[in-house]
Amino acid sequence: MLSTRVIPVLLLSGKGLVKTMQFSKPVYIGDPLNAVKVFNDKEVDELIFLDIQASKKNIAPDYYLIESIASECFMPVCYGGGITSVEQVRRILNMGIEKVSINNQLLNSSDLIGEAASVFGSQSIVASIDVKKKITGSRRVYSHINGKTTSYDPVEYAMNIEKQGAGELLVTSVDRDGMMNGYDIELLKGIAANVNIPVIACGGAGNLSHFKEARDSAGVSAVAAGSMFVFHGKHKAVLLSYPEQKELKKYLI
Amino acid sequence: MIAILDYSMGNLGAHINMMRKIGYSNVVVTADPKELAKAEKIIIPGVGAFDAGMNNLRRLGIIDILNYKALEEKIPILGICLGMHLFASGSDEGNEDGLGWIDTKIIRFTFNSPFMKIPHMGWNTLKIEKKSLLFRGMEDDENRFYFVHSYHYSEKSGFDTIASVNYGYDFPAVIQKENIMGAQFHPEKSHKFGIGFYSNFINS
Repeated sequence: MLSTRVIPVLLLSGKGLVKTMQFSKPVYIGDPLNAVKVFNDKEVDELIFLDIQASKKNIAPDYYLIESIASECFMPVCYGGGITSVEQVRRILNMGIEKVSINNQLLNSSDLIGEAASVFGSQSIVASIDVKKKITGSRRVYSHINGKTTSYDPVEYAMNIEKQGAGELLVTSVDRDGMMNGYDIELLKGIAANVNIPVIACGGAGNLSHFKEARDSAGVSAVAAGSMFVFHGKHKAVLLSYPEQKELKKYLI
Repeated sequence: MIAILDYSMGNLGAHINMMRKIGYSNVVVTADPKELAKAEKIIIPGVGAFDAGMNNLRRLGIIDILNYKALEEKIPILGICLGMHLFASGSDEGNEDGLGWIDTKIIRFTFNSPFMKIPHMGWNTLKIEKKSLLFRGMEDDENRFYFVHSYHYSEKSGFDTIASVNYGYDFPAVIQKENIMGAQFHPEKSHKFGIGFYSNFINS
């Protein structure tokens, strides 16, 4: 039986890994390559690695680091951050990375997703959508480049991205990021019910019940988490961890 | 020497990493017929569409040498995902003829439930159907492998099903016809299970 994928998300800022809260207050976590090795040893289902500065600073992906990551990972890896062209996608996939995540280029209305999907297949192309609640309570797609919400409704936005050729959607709640109080189920459910491609839930996971809730109540295909896999205890000491398969099965079978 | 076929269909980097992990260095990544002629084993990786794969083999002019190695010399050949699909006579995914080493047609998943997403993507557990060197030392494990595909083998004639997997229904995950072997999953991305499977192919 196919198991629900449980995916650590690692955030790169400069040369180090960080973990954010609501997309701000980055806390240094450690060396990226060391973390990748640890998660490979723990036999995680998949890994998402996002450079959160690349697009903001308009710099290209760090290919040397990406290649080093690929050589340490014997599971699928998704890389995102600073990708603007099909040639960059090709270079990254050739290194042994399975998927690339595109976020900012979608907001720029480029057709990168469509072009890349037609060359490499949809299964290699993940569209990443960040969503924030406005004071009025309505949810809007958010740009981490300028730190502002856009006018896009997340469900319509997601449906449009599916049409463009994305193979998966990584949906992150900005409000829940780093809070560890559970996913934004309403957001995830709205998107998962309206697209045919897999949705990866992100933002808010604090324990294994949250994974189950996202799968059972929101209908997502995969669950991702940051804080839960990099912090330990109420003082949030840095400790990389990943549940045993036995433990995951109790919640996700 | 083991040849990893470079026909512009996907994740060669991951296969090279796997060879390095296993510590096997007598490897050539190639589409050169002269190199392929010397190979003692061939791995045909593959991520992408059926027609694109067949067209690339044709454009590279290597179908004759592949036929010779598979059907005359009968060296061990392992096809992975699309690589395995190319062994068939054809596929629902495209219009091109396959290599035709196995007389079967690759079909697309068909589900009645909207909750059954296509592709079948993620980690799934195999059921071993037949003893094979490919699973030597792994028989007692719960073998988890990473899958990502929309098409699959179905008919159970013309080849042996070494292991099957369930996604909506059972279908072959590992097949074999004499020296020709195929895996629907990606051993190069399946942690220790993939390392075990891959090593078994290389060392047996």
